[in-house]
Amino acid sequence: MLEKNETRPSGLTAGQKLIRFTVIGAAVLGLGAAFGYTGGWLAPQRLTADRIANTFEPGGKSHPGFRRNHAKGICVTGHFESSGAAQTLSSTPMFSPDASIPLVGRLALPGPNPYAPDSSVPIRSFALRFSMPDGQQWRTAMNSMPVFPVATPQSFYEQQLASAPDPKTGKPDPARIKAFFASHPETAQFRKWVKTARPSASFATEAYYSLNAFVFTNNEGVRQNVRWRVVPLGTPAADDATPEHDQNYLDMDLVQRLSEGPLRWRLIVTVADPGDPSNDATKPWPDSRRQVEAGTIVIEKSQAQDHGPCRDINFDPTVLPQGMAISDDPLLPARSSVYAASVDRRTREGLSRPSPSSSAASSEHSK
Amino acid sequence: MNHSIDKTQEASFSLPARVLHWLMAAGILAMLFIGVGMVASVSERHNWLLAIHKPLGAALLLLVCIRLIVRLTKGTPPLPADMPEWQKHVALASHWLLYLLMFAMPLIGWAMVSASGTPVTLIGAWTIPAIAPENADVFAVLRAAHRYLAYLLFATVLLHQAAGLFHGLIRRDGVLKSMVSNRA
Repeated sequence: MLEKNETRPSGLTAGQKLIRFTVIGAAVLGLGAAFGYTGGWLAPQRLTADRIANTFEPGGKSHPGFRRNHAKGICVTGHFESSGAAQTLSSTPMFSPDASIPLVGRLALPGPNPYAPDSSVPIRSFALRFSMPDGQQWRTAMNSMPVFPVATPQSFYEQQLASAPDPKTGKPDPARIKAFFASHPETAQFRKWVKTARPSASFATEAYYSLNAFVFTNNEGVRQNVRWRVVPLGTPAADDATPEHDQNYLDMDLVQRLSEGPLRWRLIVTVADPGDPSNDATKPWPDSRRQVEAGTIVIEKSQAQDHGPCRDINFDPTVLPQGMAISDDPLLPARSSVYAASVDRRTREGLSRPSPSSSAASSEHSK
Repeated sequence: MNHSIDKTQEASFSLPARVLHWLMAAGILAMLFIGVGMVASVSERHNWLLAIHKPLGAALLLLVCIRLIVRLTKGTPPLPADMPEWQKHVALASHWLLYLLMFAMPLIGWAMVSASGTPVTLIGAWTIPAIAPENADVFAVLRAAHRYLAYLLFATVLLHQAAGLFHGLIRRDGVLKSMVSNRA
């Protein structure tokens, strides 16, 4: 195979050659195996972004092109009017007095089914992307509940598995859900809330919560743990949905309300006291904590999501402007990673579909 | 690009070429592992690996530009004359591929983040301009390209590693030495 050459060291014996080829093979295989382990393929027990994303494809079925979670929703556009009061908390340009920041948002239902009846869950969600003049963005994805059921990605994964439809009945197995809650006492606050929660007849009358804690840094470099929520302004609470409501009353209600004028929410930042847990979304902070009203979210228009400007936005809550950062809440990196997996899947599935009108994206920056 | 057979050439790669080779070897291997690790991870590793991945990718893009200039100006030592023809072809083709991917990977990554509409941040809130339109279809194609070309790059790196060891341990023809030490 290799001809001998006079200028080279004397040839190797067959045994030496075999050992050296083995060394080469081991080096290549070792590096390849390390790569496979790091990527999770050779570590089937490890929780990965894809494994969590798969739980939103029950029975291995997905709705191509749709979000893996919060699949049913509607796009909204508007702006944020800063009060200037939150400037003491964060140096972000958003909070300068009189700042007016364009936003694209999305109101949605949790769950992977884009055709779910609006009363199928008592929770609604509100995601927002604020685009600052210098190109910085703040993205947030909030839910209409004051606490999250679980504190860690692992528990979230177990909850997803426990509430997955039973292949036999096509419905979740109540016994498995019960067993999950029994073995996860941290869900108590959420269960207390969910007992009284009723599906509301309107997106517009709900308050939405960041759930996770974040870190705000002001111009003096003072860092503080915060959470935020948006609270409806000037809209009396809507009735609970009734059996007379059809499957898709939320969008109709929103369009109807917007035809009468903009909808407003107050953006309220809650500042933690020292010792308040920032790494546990199941533990709400006491109501007595300092509240700062950062400004008003004004929603002017809505668009169907299949061509609306929110369709292709990844509302990754770790996309933050200067003056804001993620806390040590373990759910935040998991959300970022799983959302990315979801975007990867749905944009690829969506390649066969027409793109949303980009005019909405460009008009966002027009003055 | 091609291995010159000019007899007057140095028998080793130039010092800048050797420094850049080993610096980038470490950087590229790190990038491949960081990339595959961060997209799988759901722990806090996801965020800090991402925070390393982007500036390191930018640094490697700058380094490969310098490296190509060094390669074109300083040349490369000739391959041993007694190497089988097919091995010379594989050597040439795999080096072309390595250079192509060293340029393509950071550029596709940069364009991919641009197309996603996320500000392209390198360090902290320091952003660089977008180089692709905000478009989900463009993103989908670039995202897939970034993944599969990363696998191709890793496979090519493994082949390169095996070939280097083959030269050093089996053929013992000075090819590995030419990237390790300085011999006139």
